Amino acid sequence: MEALIHIAAAAVDPADAKKANAAIGAGFAYGLAAIGPGIGIGYVVGKAIEAMARQPEAAGMVRTTMFLGIAFTEALALIGFVVFILLGL
Amino acid sequence: MFALEFPPINELIRWRDLFTSFNKISIIACLAAFGSMLLFFLASRKDPLVAPTGSRNLAERSVEFIERDIVMQTMGKDGIGWTPFLLSLFLFIYFCNLPGIIPILQMPATARMAIPLFLALVVWVIYNAVGFRHNGFKYIGAMVWPKSVPVGMRPLVGAIEFLSNIVLRPFSLAVRLFANMLAGHMLLVTFAFLSNAMFTAQTKQMFLRPMGVLPLFMLIFLTAFEVLVGFLQAYIFTILTAVFINSARHIEH
Repeated sequence: MEALIHIAAAAVDPADAKKANAAIGAGFAYGLAAIGPGIGIGYVVGKAIEAMARQPEAAGMVRTTMFLGIAFTEALALIGFVVFILLGL
Repeated sequence: MFALEFPPINELIRWRDLFTSFNKISIIACLAAFGSMLLFFLASRKDPLVAPTGSRNLAERSVEFIERDIVMQTMGKDGIGWTPFLLSLFLFIYFCNLPGIIPILQMPATARMAIPLFLALVVWVIYNAVGFRHNGFKYIGAMVWPKSVPVGMRPLVGAIEFLSNIVLRPFSLAVRLFANMLAGHMLLVTFAFLSNAMFTAQTKQMFLRPMGVLPLFMLIFLTAFEVLVGFLQAYIFTILTAVFINSARHIEH
């Protein structure tokens, strides 16, 4: 992390340095934002598959609820993605 | 080595206006609206007494899908009257998402914030109106002072509920659709750009050019994936709308 900031600071032009910092920040923003939802979606889908395997006749209901859960969890990652776009591009 | 110059974002999602404030996105949105209207117009002209074929088959299947997989799963039998609204919402979003993978068009209309935001605002107005109509001013009362939690927790839960219902729901609804479609579009652009750059690279190393098939395979796979994502996002938007309307009708729970 520090090394990256040093590289960014080494750029002579302050506008370039700002751009480089923004790019680094954007990368970290998306990377960090993806961790939590990654774990969350894995947990949701894993549990849903377990439920479907235990009770196949309830698969339709479980699937609907699973998509809802995924949608709520995923929103965090997508906000991270939007921040990434806003910062980096 | 070749330097990869990625095009700026405005080049990827913007086109010059055909005439003032009417561009490719507007064309795709109009096509989506008229396309779904045309589908049901053609379907309604067929004889309802014989077994459905062609456009009528597709229309009946989509109505059945909305009724069975969205309305019945979330609102139950008394929500069946919402089928036309949810169906038109679903078809519009789906037909806006699909051009992301159709050659020549190559752009999901929902990858610009305007359309998801407008749809989310429509949904926001509708579910709040439904809440007021079914519960009167108890709608706000039950939201900020929920009876089903212990008294000490009520201000906290009420504040969270209020914020979630009024601000966060339309925001996350719009951002979810927008960001998913934009991310898909960017992925496709990245891999198309990469394979193009590798095929046309000015390089002495002979193995580098044929390596361009790797991003090409990834591109084909991602195109198939985008078919799924386009459908799934339309489905999720519609089912969340149904859930919100249902929770506004039965605010006590």
